[in-house]
Amino acid sequence: MAKSAPAPPDAAIEARGLTKVFGDRYALRGVDLSVGRGEHLVIFGPNGAGKTTLVKILATLVKPSSGDVWLDGSNLRARPELVRRKLSLVSHQTFLYDNLTVYENLRFYGRMYGIPDLERNIREVAARVQLETRLHQRAGTLSHGLQRRAAIARAVLHDPPILFLDEPEAGLDPRATSVVREILGSVNTGERTVIITTHNLERGLELGDRVVILHRGQVVFQAPRREVDAAGFRRVYDRCTGAGR
Amino acid sequence: MLGQVITILWKDIQTELRTKEVITSVLVFALLVLVIFVFAFGIGESPVNEVTPGILWAALTFGGILGGNRIFAVEKENSRLEGLMLCPVDRAVIYWGKLAGNFVFMLFVAAVVTPVFLALFNLPLFLPALPPVILLAVAGFAAAGTLFAAVAINTRARDIMLPLLFLPVAVPVIVAAVEATGLVLAGRPWGEMLIWLQIMAAFDIIYLVASTLVFEFVIEE
Amino acid sequence: MRNGKSAVRDSFLWGLGLLLMLAALYMVFAYVPTEKNTGIVQRIFYFHVPLAWVSFLAFFITFIFSILYLGKRAVKWDALAHASAEVGVIFTTLVLITGPIWAKPVWGIWWTWDARLTTSLVLWLIYLAYLLVRGLTAEPERGARFSAVIGIVGFIDVPIVFLTVNLWRTQHPTTIVFEGGLTAPMLATLLVCVTAFTVLYALLTWQSARLKTLEAEFRRLTMMQTEKEE
Repeated sequence: MAKSAPAPPDAAIEARGLTKVFGDRYALRGVDLSVGRGEHLVIFGPNGAGKTTLVKILATLVKPSSGDVWLDGSNLRARPELVRRKLSLVSHQTFLYDNLTVYENLRFYGRMYGIPDLERNIREVAARVQLETRLHQRAGTLSHGLQRRAAIARAVLHDPPILFLDEPEAGLDPRATSVVREILGSVNTGERTVIITTHNLERGLELGDRVVILHRGQVVFQAPRREVDAAGFRRVYDRCTGAGR
Repeated sequence: MLGQVITILWKDIQTELRTKEVITSVLVFALLVLVIFVFAFGIGESPVNEVTPGILWAALTFGGILGGNRIFAVEKENSRLEGLMLCPVDRAVIYWGKLAGNFVFMLFVAAVVTPVFLALFNLPLFLPALPPVILLAVAGFAAAGTLFAAVAINTRARDIMLPLLFLPVAVPVIVAAVEATGLVLAGRPWGEMLIWLQIMAAFDIIYLVASTLVFEFVIEE
Repeated sequence: MRNGKSAVRDSFLWGLGLLLMLAALYMVFAYVPTEKNTGIVQRIFYFHVPLAWVSFLAFFITFIFSILYLGKRAVKWDALAHASAEVGVIFTTLVLITGPIWAKPVWGIWWTWDARLTTSLVLWLIYLAYLLVRGLTAEPERGARFSAVIGIVGFIDVPIVFLTVNLWRTQHPTTIVFEGGLTAPMLATLLVCVTAFTVLYALLTWQSARLKTLEAEFRRLTMMQTEKEE
C-alpha cells in the first residue's frame, strides 16, 4: 500500500479518489471531498447515487476499494478505532436493541464509548431529544419518530466532533419530522462538523453551508450555499442528474 | 477492552432474559435430540454402553448450532452490527463479546441437559469429573462457532451454512468430549481422561487465537 | 500476456507432466510385482497414497495463499487459493473412492475409520465448505474473503483431527492395518507416482488460477467499459 501525503490540517474530513466496487458495479467512482471544521455539508443525489456508500466509508463502516480518507488529520488506513470516537452516524436504521429500554440502550453505547459520568450524560442527552419521559420504555415499542430521536440521542451521547446524518428525516410523518428538525437544529450547533444526505432540495439548502450533488458515484456539482440560487437550484439538480445522461 | 467485552456480554444476557425465546427453544430442542437418539438406537432400558456419551454430545452439538445461528442474527436487525462497528473498539472485542455470550448460553444449556441425560440413564448426578469436560468442549464450540456464525449470517444460505462450516472442524472436540465423558461414566481415574482434556484445551486456545486474528476480515464490508 | 517464451515453457511442463504420468502408469501396472498378500487390487495403493499426499499439499497451498490474500488483497492470491482448493477437492474425492475400492476386496469392508482416511473425509468436508461459502456469498469480494478465512482456520484443524482420530483408534483398535513393508521396487513406484501427481496438481492449479485471474481482469475491464458507455 502506498503511503499517502498527510491531509491539510484544518480539514475535518478529507477524501481523495474514493472508489467502491460492489460485485460488478461501481458505487463510487473517484470521489474527492473536503469538509472544514464546523462546516455543514449537504449531499444531494438520487437513489443509487452512492450517498449512503460515501457516508459509510467516511464513517469507517465500509472500506473503499481505493482512495484515502483522513478524519481529523488521521488516515483511516491506520488505526480507525481511534478515529471512531470522534464521529457518529444516524441512518434510517436505529442500531437500537428493541428489547432493551432507551436508557439501557444508551447505557450500552455509553459504556462502549467509555463515557464518564454516564448516568448524568444519558439524562442530559435524553432531555435534548425530548425523550426524558420515555427513558424506561422498551425501544421496540416506540414509534418511528421516537426511535429516530433515540437514535440521535445515541449518536450524540459521546459528543462527537463529526456527525453523519444519512437522510435523517426519511420515513417520518410530518409531526415527527418537525420535532426531529428542531432537535437537529439544537444539536448541530457550535463546532460540530455535520454531513447530511438528503433527497429534499429545499430542506437541504436550509441546512447546509455547502452543497454537493452526487450522481452515479461522482461529485457533479459543488458550491458554497451562498452561491447557490435557491429558486434555480432544482434546475441545476435536474441538469446534473437528469435527462441526457 | 475487557470492560467492553463484558458490556456486550451483559447486553446479550439482558436481551435474552427479556424474551427467553432462544434459550427455551434450544433447551427443548436439545432435550428432544436426547430422546430421539434413545429411540433411534433402541436403547431404552439398556445399561450404559459406548453409545451413551455420544447421545449427550449429539444433543449439545445440535443445540449449540441452533443457538449459534442466533448470535449474529440478532445483530442484523436494525443494523445493530453497524452500531457495534461504529464503536471505538478493536473488531476482536466484538468477537470476544459475542463469544462470551455464546459460551455462557451453551453452558447454561449443558447445565440443564446434562442432569436430565444422567437421570434418563440412571447415572449418578454428582460426577465432579464431568464439568471440566463440558467446560473445555463448550469453549471449543463457542470459539469456532462464533467465527463461523459471523461468516454464515452473511451468506445466502445462512441457516445451513453454520453446521456445514462448524461440524467438520469440530470433529476433534466432539471425539474428545465423547471419549472423556465415556471414561467419566465408567468411573475411570482422572489420569486416563487427561489426554482428551489436553486435546480440547489445545483446540480451544488455537481457535481462540486464530478467530481473534481473522474476525475483522469477516465482518468488514 | 502470452508470448512465445511462456508458451514454450507451458508446453515443456505439460510434456514433463505427461511423461511422468506415463512413467508412473508403466511402473504401477507393468514394473512393480504383485503384492503377495493382497493381490492385484493392491496396485491402487500407488494412486491412493499419492492422491492423499497431494490433497493435503493442496490444502496447505490454499492456506498459504489465503493468508497472502487477506494481507495483500491481490486477485492472483485468491485465484491460486481457489484453484488449489478445487483441485484438492477433486483429488480428495478420488482418495475417498480409491480407499474403499482397495479395502473391499482385500479386507471385505468398504470403510474403516482409520486416522488417515478419516482425516481425508474431514478435509473433504472443509474444502467443500470453502467452495460453498464462496458460491453462496452475494458479493464476490466478500466471498473470497470468507473462503480465505475458512482456508486458514480449516487447515489448522487438520493436524488436530489427525492426532485426535489416531488417538481414538488406539483406544478402539480394529484388526485392519493398512501398512505393510515396502520393498525397493514398491518404494520406487510410489515415489514416481507421488512426483507425477504432484506435478499434475501443480499444472492444474497453475492453469486454473491463471484462468481465474484472467476472468477477474476481464470482468473488471467489462465493468469499466460499461461505465464509460453510459
